[in-house]
Amino acid sequence: MITPTGTPRDATVLEARGVTKRFAGITALDNVDFTLHPGESLALMGENGAGKSTLIKVLTGVYQPDAGELHLGGTTTTFARPLDAQRSGISTIYQEVNLIPLLSVAQNIFLGREPRDRWGLIDFKQLNENARTLLDTYDIHVNVRRPLHRLALGMQQMVALARAVSIDARVVIMDEPTSSLEAREVETLFRVIGLLRAQGIAIVYVSHRMDEIYRVCDSVTVLRDGKSVHSGLLADLPRVELVSIMLGRSVEKTKRESLTAFGSARTSSQAPTLIATDLTRKHQISGISLEIRPGEVVGLGGLLGSGRSETLKALAGVMKVDNGHVRVGGRLVKNGSVSAAIRAGIVMLPEDRKAEGIIPNLSIRDNIVLAALPRLSVGGFTSRARQDAIVDVFMKRLRIKATSSSQLVSELSGGNQQKVMIARWLAMNPRVLLLDEPTRGIDVGAKAEVQALINELADEGLAIVMVSSEVEEVVEGSARVIVLRDGSVETELIGDEVTEHHLLSALVGEPITVTKELP
Amino acid sequence: MAYLQQYGVYIAIVLLLMYNAAFTSNFISVDNFRTQFIQMVPVLIVALGMALVIGTQGIDLSGGAVMALAAAVIPLYIGYGLIPAAAMAIFAGCLIGVANGAMIAFIGVQPIVATLALMVAGRGIALVVANEQLKSVTNPTILSLGRNSIVGVPYSVLVAVILVAVVALLVNRTTFGKQLVAVGGSRRAAELAGLPVKRILMTTYILAAALAAVAGIVATARLGASVPSTLGNLIELSAITAVVIGGTPLTGGKVKVVGTVAGALLLQLIAATLIKNNVPDAYSQITQAVIILIAVYIQRGKLAVR
Amino acid sequence: MSVIVPEAGLPTTKRFDRETLALGAQKYGATVVLALLVVIGTIAFPTFASVSNVSNIATQSSFLVIVAAGMTFVILTGGIDLSVGSVFALGGVLAAYGSTFGSVEALLLPLVACGVIGMIQGFLVAYVGMAPFIVTLAGLLGVRGIVFASTNAGSNTPIVSDLSFKAIGQETLFGVRWPVIIAIVVIIVGTVLLTRSRGGQSILAVGGSESAAALMGVAVARIKFSVYVVSGLCAGLAGALNAAYSSSGVPTVGAGLELSAIAAVVIGGTLLTGGRGNLISTVVGVLLLSVIQNLINQVGSLSSSVQSVVSGLFLAIVVIVQTILSRTQRL
Repeated sequence: MITPTGTPRDATVLEARGVTKRFAGITALDNVDFTLHPGESLALMGENGAGKSTLIKVLTGVYQPDAGELHLGGTTTTFARPLDAQRSGISTIYQEVNLIPLLSVAQNIFLGREPRDRWGLIDFKQLNENARTLLDTYDIHVNVRRPLHRLALGMQQMVALARAVSIDARVVIMDEPTSSLEAREVETLFRVIGLLRAQGIAIVYVSHRMDEIYRVCDSVTVLRDGKSVHSGLLADLPRVELVSIMLGRSVEKTKRESLTAFGSARTSSQAPTLIATDLTRKHQISGISLEIRPGEVVGLGGLLGSGRSETLKALAGVMKVDNGHVRVGGRLVKNGSVSAAIRAGIVMLPEDRKAEGIIPNLSIRDNIVLAALPRLSVGGFTSRARQDAIVDVFMKRLRIKATSSSQLVSELSGGNQQKVMIARWLAMNPRVLLLDEPTRGIDVGAKAEVQALINELADEGLAIVMVSSEVEEVVEGSARVIVLRDGSVETELIGDEVTEHHLLSALVGEPITVTKELP
Repeated sequence: MAYLQQYGVYIAIVLLLMYNAAFTSNFISVDNFRTQFIQMVPVLIVALGMALVIGTQGIDLSGGAVMALAAAVIPLYIGYGLIPAAAMAIFAGCLIGVANGAMIAFIGVQPIVATLALMVAGRGIALVVANEQLKSVTNPTILSLGRNSIVGVPYSVLVAVILVAVVALLVNRTTFGKQLVAVGGSRRAAELAGLPVKRILMTTYILAAALAAVAGIVATARLGASVPSTLGNLIELSAITAVVIGGTPLTGGKVKVVGTVAGALLLQLIAATLIKNNVPDAYSQITQAVIILIAVYIQRGKLAVR
Repeated sequence: MSVIVPEAGLPTTKRFDRETLALGAQKYGATVVLALLVVIGTIAFPTFASVSNVSNIATQSSFLVIVAAGMTFVILTGGIDLSVGSVFALGGVLAAYGSTFGSVEALLLPLVACGVIGMIQGFLVAYVGMAPFIVTLAGLLGVRGIVFASTNAGSNTPIVSDLSFKAIGQETLFGVRWPVIIAIVVIIVGTVLLTRSRGGQSILAVGGSESAAALMGVAVARIKFSVYVVSGLCAGLAGALNAAYSSSGVPTVGAGLELSAIAAVVIGGTLLTGGRGNLISTVVGVLLLSVIQNLINQVGSLSSSVQSVVSGLFLAIVVIVQTILSRTQRL
């Protein structure tokens, strides 16, 4: 079933040359080169939007590149659909286990390739035996007749891996395979990866966890803004260097560069508006405590998967925590209730503006007044005058560019949509404003406007927490940065410490021995 | 395509009227229009509730059963007068709405199955309440609701007009109306904006049931009899058709009240045109089936990939 | 069955047991209730267990079993078919027409016509991507319209004239009526297809997770298309048998049959969201509905409408349990 290859090390198994992919004018991949050798384990790195998932989709036949070519085992090839890539030996396992939960382990591994008896019917005895033999090869012990969803997530991921390699795989692409695994399950995964590599199967490993990358990968390709900005051996590359390549910031910069008015010293000595204590949720965040004072902009630093968005969600009542609590002005806020958080004055601009923020089918006016509607109504009837009073003020103040307040919000640019979201919350007179990637997907001009607005709001006494994957934005916009790593607070940077250099090294964390367990 | 989506139903109405003016004798007359309006009242009222439900990205198959239950309850209380009987009928209908809403909003059952269960059980309950009997209704007030007019407008049509106005007001001018379309447009975003999503869904299904109960009362008044065994049978299908061809997308987030009225009118005109031209009633069903497919297809806008 | 599974040592063991219990309740609940009802019926009514009554229940159930078998396939992919009642009537009317030419025509005509209707619906769902409930809703209306249009608004009831075709509905083999035997054959063939063929595995995969199935190389559209064809064929076959049984193709027959079929499938324990279920449990669901009806008739003082109350409530309870279960099960 598994073809051990004796291919020499210098031959390539999969190669991309000058791959370019555009979507509606946006270049997602720009002339990307990528090389993979048999038995190699390559880390594919980059922040959100760098083009990693687009590249994976090109390699697996989900997308066809607009320019450039793929070479498989030295010959040029094209994948019209995912099945073609699979048949050519490129298998993928995803962050979410993409198998059928209700089917058994064996059924999942051999779906579509079940052994049949002479009547043409599936031979379940043989099927289960084949599955057991396959799993035994990798020292994975599980009842192959069990429905998949009854297994722990890690074991499900192993089954996905077993399926992937059983289709005569030459390349296995793993997209954040460990994001929901227990430490012990991660160990099993790494062991299996080792066995696969020994058979000459090449691995493309996508993860944000530095420890894992340095442990299982020997080379790295870094994407940024759709371009491959670095390829090389990991051993030659210190972590800080890798992160700075990913984020596009040079490590030498030590001083704060306040070119914009954004940022400056926005600290405060007043009593904290918001106090969060020991926020914990399994697999997501553990023991996060923080205090935010009025008029303060606090950056929440961290790489993707560090728990930065989850922390905001916990504060906003969107995500229920297993442990810990949030207080605003000394009063406890009910756990896991958005409306309770809003009543207490905590409001959040979600990261995914299109799916979780705006209501696309409603007008700008309706979107702005959505949360405040009950207050702006008289006996359940909407008062257009009261609404317009609020809407006009915010449209002017936030400089929302639209033909009228009746325009559909889905027709606006990203920046203006974000302003509509801010207006929605300002209409609620909040005390704490949580911003998750406030300037993502917004053009440069609008970005500066939004940043200026954040400062303005802080001046008015709002307590602001901001998450951004742009180091520059965090450093210039925050008076204080709380750095998260692997779901807990790594360190806190205050005043002069708020520099890109400090932040970068904090993001990476102190060097960790390979035996350290992941949370 | 976008043009058809928005105005298709009105164009179809105009074309049908033009055709009938030219080829169908006695079609364009006050009497005929009065008859047509009276006949479309129950479907229209159920469709109003259906439009609200579809606006939340839901569906309600129990409308006909609620009509039957309302019809079954009326004879029990008609001795106290029309108003108490109607109130009890609406109350009974609302109980079905509560059951629908509870299953859908709080437990998370798919709307189609939840309301399917109530469609089966609801008619059964109606028949049990009525002891499986057809009862004639003799109370003069309720009969006049079905038969009399005020300045030429039949009372039943007046009820429908008032309900259309109320629902239009509800959708366009109330907090609840805005919240309803917000939930239908993006439930997740509505939750994150702090809206009481579950309560909104619950209210919507209760409103739909209340409207269906009114339809049951009006239909009973017109028949002069309580017929729980067949009243409103499959009416939810016509209601869904009316809503969809009226431009309310099945994907929610939008409620077109006037469009729904036009949709119900179009269905009625098609049936009338066929009948007046001696085409068997069966063909109007086939036509309705084709229209519903076309309407949904036009709404989709583009072909699915593969 | 219980091989030692290393991951069972996780702290989820307690939830596991409760889950197993709830799962069992969902899987075997209908069987247990059916058994209880049979015991109660046997004790309470001397005529309940009589040969004639049992044979009666079996024959009455056989038509619904065949329709519900097709419905099971559709529901297993996560779809729904509301048109089966109308297709059932069409099958009956066409069988009666066909019987004027001979017994083969009496069987072939409804199967071909109903198969074509299934293909149209399947095409619209699988390849055009329209919602199953709206497509089959149109089917419910349109096919009933076709039936009425071809029978002068239902006033003509075509009579089954071919004697050998009539025999399929009315004669017995070893004391068992042919419709019952055919229903059993349908269930056996269907079960083999579902559990032992690659196509059956694909149906379960599509219902379990459409996107994952597509990524795993399953031809999702083809599978979805085919289940509507199967459902159309089953409803047409059942309608034809019913016509043979009652000697005529009644145009109004089968109204509300789709609800009974869906109720039977879901009550039996097939997940409404698709991916899990089988035909045997559908048979149990049908029998449960039939026995409830039979018992209500036995009591005599209860009106038959109590049956729809009971089956409606039963359906509600089952979907509520299913929904709550699927939330705790990471499905």
